[in-house]
Amino acid sequence: MAHFDENAKPFGNKWLDERIGLNTLTRVLQTEYWIPKDINFLWAMGMVLAATFGVLLLSGIFLLMYYKPDANLAFDSVNYTIMTEVGYGWLWRHVHGVGASIVFLIIYIHMFTGIYYGSYKRGRELIWLSGMALFVAFSAEAFSGYMLPWGQMSYWAGMVITNLFSLGSIEAYGLVEWIRGDYVPGDAYLTRFFMLHVLLIPLVIIGLIVLHFGTLRLPHVNNQEGEDFDYKEAADLYKAGKVKESKVIPFSPVFLSKDIFVMGVYFILFFYLVFYNFEFAMDPVNFDPADGLKTPAHIYPEWYFLWSYEILRPFNKDIGLIAFGVAQAALFFLPFIDRSPVVAPAHKRKLFNIWFWALVVIMIALTALGKLPPEGIYNDLGLFFAVAFLCMGPLLVWITIKEKNEMKGA
Amino acid sequence: MRELKILAVVTFFSVLIYILVEPFAHSQMHKHVEGHNFTYTGEADIAEASDEKKAVKEKFWSEVKTIASLKGDATAGEAGFGMCMGCHNGANMNMGGAIPPNLDHAGAIYDKNYLIALIKDPAMASNVDHKYADTMMHPMGSVSSMFTDDQSIADVVAYLLEKKAGEVTPKEAYKEACVRCHAMRYANLTQLGETPKFKHEKDALAHKIKVIDEQDAVKAYMGKLPPDLSMIIRARSESFLETFVENPQSQFPGTSMPRVGLSAEGYEKVKAYLTEIGDPSKPERERLGPWVLGFFIIFSILAFLWKKEKWRGHH
Repeated sequence: MAHFDENAKPFGNKWLDERIGLNTLTRVLQTEYWIPKDINFLWAMGMVLAATFGVLLLSGIFLLMYYKPDANLAFDSVNYTIMTEVGYGWLWRHVHGVGASIVFLIIYIHMFTGIYYGSYKRGRELIWLSGMALFVAFSAEAFSGYMLPWGQMSYWAGMVITNLFSLGSIEAYGLVEWIRGDYVPGDAYLTRFFMLHVLLIPLVIIGLIVLHFGTLRLPHVNNQEGEDFDYKEAADLYKAGKVKESKVIPFSPVFLSKDIFVMGVYFILFFYLVFYNFEFAMDPVNFDPADGLKTPAHIYPEWYFLWSYEILRPFNKDIGLIAFGVAQAALFFLPFIDRSPVVAPAHKRKLFNIWFWALVVIMIALTALGKLPPEGIYNDLGLFFAVAFLCMGPLLVWITIKEKNEMKGA
Repeated sequence: MRELKILAVVTFFSVLIYILVEPFAHSQMHKHVEGHNFTYTGEADIAEASDEKKAVKEKFWSEVKTIASLKGDATAGEAGFGMCMGCHNGANMNMGGAIPPNLDHAGAIYDKNYLIALIKDPAMASNVDHKYADTMMHPMGSVSSMFTDDQSIADVVAYLLEKKAGEVTPKEAYKEACVRCHAMRYANLTQLGETPKFKHEKDALAHKIKVIDEQDAVKAYMGKLPPDLSMIIRARSESFLETFVENPQSQFPGTSMPRVGLSAEGYEKVKAYLTEIGDPSKPERERLGPWVLGFFIIFSILAFLWKKEKWRGHH
C-alpha cells in the first residue's frame, strides 16, 4: 500500500500529491510540457479555440434556460423571450451566434496552419485525424444549432441538407423521413436536433478535445522550421537555467502567457463583432418565422459551409454528391495523401508552396461562389473551381512523391 | 517582423472572405432599387407602367402637381373633412377590405403630394391600380364623388397639414399607418389595435374571434394575410424597407400592398417603432459595447506586459 503521511494538511500540496499525484500532473501537463520556442501567434489558435468553445458552452447554458424546443414556441422564445424579457438575453444570444460563426474562422486558420507547416506528419497523424473529427463534430453542432431559432433559413436549410440523405438517384426517401421523423421538418425534427445540439454532440466534442490534446503530448507541437530536435536535451538545458540556449519553453507559464495575450486581442475582435457587426453571423432571412409554404428566394448555408456546398452544386445530383463526399474525406486523409517525409514550412518547399496557396485561393473562390446566385458566369466559375479542388488531391500525391524522390537523389 | 507579416496575411484573407460573402454576395442577390426620399411625384410609377398605362399615369401625376401648387384654405377644408369622417371615424369597422385608418396625425406622417393624389384617385396614388382593372372598385373609390374640383382637394389637404399634424409618437404612427393590415404580436397589436386585458376567458375568446374575422376580411381583400411585423426590422435590410414602404411595387411587382404615402418624417417614426419592438436591445448594446471592448483592451495590455516578463531572457 502506498504511503500516506498522517500529518499532511488536508487539501495541502503534499496531501493532494499523495492522493492524485498533483506534482506529477503539474509537471507533465504544465511546467515540463515542453513547447518549442520557435513559434508564432498561429500556435495560439488551439487555446483560442478552446476559449471560444468555453464561451459557446457558457452562453449556450444561459440560452438553454429559456429556449423552448417546440415548433410553435421556438421562434418566439428566441426572438421575444430571450431578446426582450430576459436580462442580457440579447447579449448571450449575440455572443452565441457570433461565436458559432467565428469559431470556424479560427478552425480554418488552425487547419491551414497545420497544412502550411506540415504538422500532420512524423508522428502527428493522430493530431490531424482527431482535429478533423472535431471539425466534423463542430459542423454537426453548427448545423443542429442553426435549426433551433426555427426561422425561414433554419427550416429550408434543414430541408435541403436532410434531402442530401436521399442519396441522389438511390432516392432513399425512407432514410430522409427517418432522419426527420416526419415527411418535412416539423416538431419531431426540431426536438431531435435540439437533443443533438445540447447533449450528444457537445459530449462528443468534449471527448474529442481531450483526445486531440492527448495526441499532442508525445509528438509535441511542430515549430516554425519543422525542426526535429532532441526534446530531452533541450529540456535539460532549460531546467539547468540556460533558457536562452534551450530550444523549448514550458507550456505553463511561458507559452501560456503568450496564448493569453493572443486571446485578449482575439476577444477585442470578437466583442467588436458581437456589439457592432453581428449580421454576418445572424442572417436576416432567419428572422422570418419558418414557413413551409414559402420558399426563400435564395437558400444558402452559413459562410463556413459554402465551399463544400459549391462543390455539390455545379454538378448533376449524383456526381455532385460523390464530389461532395470525396471533398470531405480528402481532407481527412491528408497525412496519407502527402507522401513526402519533409516537415517544413511551405515557403521552403517550392511546388508544395504553390499547391498550398492554390488551395487557399480555390477554397475562397468556392466560398464566394457558394453564396452567389447560380446564374451565368457564376455557374461556369463554380464548375471550374469545384473541378480544380478535386484535382488538388492527385496533384498533392504527385508533388510529394516527386519531393520524396528528389530527397533520395540528393 | 515576422509575426506582423503573418497577421497581415491572415487578416487579408479573412477580410477578403467577409467582403465576398457579405456585401458583394448581397449586392448580387438583391436588385438595386433607387429611393426617392419619400417624395411622391409619380416618377417611378410612370417609369414602370405598361405602355398603355403610361399616358394615364403621366396625366394623373401632372394634375397632382397642379393641385399641389394651389393655395389650400384650411377653414374651407374643415367642411370637406367632415365627409371623410363618415368612414375615418375610429370605429374600427372593416369597410370593403380593411379598416379605414384613423387620421389624427395624417398631416404629420403622410406626404402632401401623396394625400392630394389619394383623394383624387386612391388606386393610382397607392400604385395598386392593377388590382382594380375590372369591376372591383377601390374601397375608398367613392371619394371622387365627394371632392370633384381641384380647389376642394387642396383645401382638405391644407386642413390635414394644419390641423391634423400634432406631435406623433412612433407607436401612434405605426397604428395609424400599418396596423390595419399588419399585426405586431410582440407589441400586443392585432389588426384591431391593442388587445385589451380581459377578466374572463370568455371575453378574451370573443375578442379573438373578432380578430380572426377581421383577419379573414383583410385576407380576402389582399389575397393573403399581410405578415406580422414584430421582427421585420431585423428580417429586412434598411434599404429594402425604405424603398419597399415608399413604393411596394418597386420590390415586388404586382404585390397587393398599397403605397401608404409616408413622408420621410413619418417613415422615421414608423421605423423607430419597428426598432423599439424588433430590436429592443439596440440602446443597451450601444451603451455596453465600449465598456466590454475597453475591458479587453486593458486585458490585452496587461497580458502583453505579463508575456514580456515571462519571456525575458528567452531570446
